[in-house]
Order: sequence, then C-alpha cells, then structure tokens
Amino acid sequence: MRVLSVAGGVAWRSLHNVFTNPSLLIPQLAFPLFFFTAFAGGLSGIRNVPGFDYPPGYTAFQFVFVLCQSAAFGGVFTGFGIARDFETGFVRRLLLAARKRTGIILGYGIAALVRWLVTATFLTAVAFAVGMNVGGGGVDLPALYLLAALVNIAAGLWACGVAMRLRTMQAFPVMQMPVFLALFFAPVYVPLHLLTGWIHAVAYVNPLTRVLEAGRSFAAGSPTEVGVAFAAAAGLAVLFTLWALRGLRSAEAAG
Amino acid sequence: MSNLPDEVYALARRSVVRTSRMPAQWIAPLIFPTMLLAVNSGGLKAVTHLPGFPTTSYVAFALAVPFIQGALFATMNAGTELARDIQTGFLNRLALTPLRSAALLAGHLGGVVALGFVQACFYLAVGLVVGVRPAAGVAGVVVLLVFAALIALAFGALGTWAALRTGSGESVQSLFPVFFVFLFLSSMAIPRNLIQQTWFRDVATANPVSYLLECVRSLIITGWNGEALGLGFGIVFAMGVAALALSAHALPRRLAR
Repeated sequence: MRVLSVAGGVAWRSLHNVFTNPSLLIPQLAFPLFFFTAFAGGLSGIRNVPGFDYPPGYTAFQFVFVLCQSAAFGGVFTGFGIARDFETGFVRRLLLAARKRTGIILGYGIAALVRWLVTATFLTAVAFAVGMNVGGGGVDLPALYLLAALVNIAAGLWACGVAMRLRTMQAFPVMQMPVFLALFFAPVYVPLHLLTGWIHAVAYVNPLTRVLEAGRSFAAGSPTEVGVAFAAAAGLAVLFTLWALRGLRSAEAAG
Repeated sequence: MSNLPDEVYALARRSVVRTSRMPAQWIAPLIFPTMLLAVNSGGLKAVTHLPGFPTTSYVAFALAVPFIQGALFATMNAGTELARDIQTGFLNRLALTPLRSAALLAGHLGGVVALGFVQACFYLAVGLVVGVRPAAGVAGVVVLLVFAALIALAFGALGTWAALRTGSGESVQSLFPVFFVFLFLSSMAIPRNLIQQTWFRDVATANPVSYLLECVRSLIITGWNGEALGLGFGIVFAMGVAALALSAHALPRRLAR
C-alpha cells in the first residue's frame, strides 16, 4: 500500500508536469508523427523492392516500427525528467520522504506508460486517418500494443537506472544513444531477410528485431515469433528492473 | 588600432580553440552523422535494387547526408557559442573595444567554417575507406570541400542570426528539430523520382535541402552535372547572403555602444 501511494504521487506529479507543459508534450506527440510521415511517405517505394512481401503495405510496416520507437523514447523521455528532478533536488527530498522508495521507480514507470499510451493513441488515429491497412483482428492488435508497452517499460527502466546513477541532465546522451542504436540496428526499413552484410548479423541478434518482426506479423494478421518476441521484451523489462533498483540503491548511498 | 584581418584572425582563432576544448562540440558532429550513415546504408541497401536507382552502392548515395547533417550541427554550434558570449557578457565587453562588427561576424563564422571543413574531410575519408570513389575525381573532391565550407558558412550564419535575435542558447537549440524536419522531408533516403507518394515528392521538390543533397550526390555518383551544381551552389549562396544580411542587421542591436 505504501509503495502504491508513493508511486501514485510520483506518477501524478510527472504526468501533471508533462501534460501542462507544451514544450514537453508537443515533441512527444510530434516526433513519432514526423518519423511516421518521413518513413512511410518518403520510403513507400521500398514495397517494390524484389523480395519485399508485406500484404498490409509499407505504411503499416513502418507504423509498427514507429509505434515501438515511440514506446522506447517515451521511456527515455521519462528518464530525462528523473535526471531533471535530481538536478532540482526534488528526488533527494523524495528519497527522504518516501517510506517505500521502490514506489518512486514504479511511479516514474507508470508515468512513462501513460505518456506513451497518449502518444500511441494519437499516432494510431493519424495512421488510420491516412488510410493505413491492417490485417490483424481483435487479438492481434492488442498484442501489438502489449508488446510495445513492454518495450516502453524496459526503456523507461533503463533510463531510470542511468538517471539514478548519474543524477545529472548531462546523462541524456547515455540514456538516449543505446536505445537509438538498438532501434536502428533492427530491421527498420525492410524485413530481416532483405538485410545483408554486417547489419543483418547485428539485427539477427538484436532482441528488438524479434519484437519488430512479431509486431509486424500482428499487424498483418498472421502472428509469427510471438513467444520469442514476448520473452525478449519481458526479459529486457526484468533485466532493467534490476538495473533501476540497483540505481535506486546507488542514489540512496549518494545521499 | 589593429586592422580588420587581425581582428578576424583573433576571433576565428578563439572560436576554433574554444570548440577544440569542448569535445562534445566536435565529436557529436563527426560521430552522429557517420553512425546514421552506417545504419541507413546497411538498412536501405535493398533500395538499390529499385529500377532507376542511380547507383549500386547505397553508401555512395547516402554519403551526401552527413555533409548536410554536419552543417546542421554547425548551425547549432555557431548559434550556441554566440549565445553563450551574449549571456556571459563577452559581447558587451567587446562592445567597449574598437572592434568592427564585420570582424566579429567574420571571425565567429571563420571558426564555424573551419570546423565544417574538418567535418567534410572526415566524412570524405570515411567514404573512401568504405570504398566510395567520387565520380568527379580529384577536382570534384575540391569542389565538394568548397561546397561543404559554403554550407557551413550559410547554416552557421543562420545560427548566428538566431543567437543574435534571441540571445539564448536554449532557443538556438530548439531550432535543431526544425532543421531535422527539413532534412527528413527531402530526397535524403531515396531519389525524388523514386518517391511514390505524390505529396512527399512535392514537399521534397520544394525543399531546398534536396538540392544541397543532390549537388553533393552528383559529384560522388554521376560526375559533373551542371544543373545539380548550379542549383546547389545557387541555393547555398542565396541562403548565405540572406543569413549574413539578417545577422548584420541584428548585430548592432546586440553590440550597442
């Protein structure tokens, strides 16, 4: 109960900050939309590449990537907020006041998830408005969003762990760059089988590749690699939960 | 009283030294565009199989992008450095000296152009290492480096104008997403004639960044293309003149004596 009350307070404050501050809210909504426009619009000719076979079309193919990207960066943006809270001294006061400090991490995690749900709703509405086709039904599409939510949680916990350790806004690139690389070393523009050379080797072992491939299969209505994808995403979430908890201990030790 | 070249040299040297002492200012413009080049050239290699694609090497096609992306960083760096000078009062102290306004602009932008030139050499070296051979030959490489320096000058002048107008590093930084939108809504990833969405092709055609990219790309892929070179140099010249005029107009207000 104590954990939940701390988490509720942290989440409410974090969400209040985001949704009452246009300079935080607008980029969160605009950037995924911009990437969706640039990739789905500018690169739609890729559907004519020999070997590219994705029945719902290139817009849906890119929608899945941008949805996962928005989930990951939604988590990272929350990490930015934690670092900012450290610099202003808010987290230190919170560490003194909170009875159950794990509630702090839970609260930031809830805030990251709610932030992303708003972005995902907006992105989905725009995607359908511009005529995106999906083959998936009542189970496939919720599964796609559940998979992306796991990515959001994992990325949020990663950024939280970094923020708890470094406790400065100068840590932004440390939070952002690995997530950026993990996303772009996956099959972003074409399916895995059309990648060649070193990028194929890297993408093959990248856990986010499984997430993307399964997500695209959900959107197409023919799920594949579902178990592996959920195991990869859940595994990352568990791993980064431990990372964030150790980070919390580090912040506590630093005083 | 010192003469104009001495004043320009002193300020350009200060700009270069200051940048070299802040690794974040020069490492990011070198590494980030190179990383994006690696990712995109790996991920989009299959695009070269599209009928009508101008080359079989996507790296050669994409090598133009870092030149423009590097210029965006030049804009940010130029603007942020000048904004810091405004915020710390350095510009006010300069106003107490007989320094000419033209020397301030030229010296400041001299440092930006120097960094832009180093960036261009680095991107070119990366391209050569991964097997790209510029179709326009050695003379083409010289033209490419001159063009890169002009792009850095034009974009740097834009950043300078933003800094003079706002006097805030954060405001200058907030321009970055705007420039990024221009980059992504261009012929950055695929030639304009192969863009299938009509509205996107129209936006890319109206976007001046497409012509800057195509100017660099022509020297690397096709050789000497008068139209691409004319459009590229024309646009960068017009941008540079406009941005310098705006900066020169904004400077006296900041440098109140």
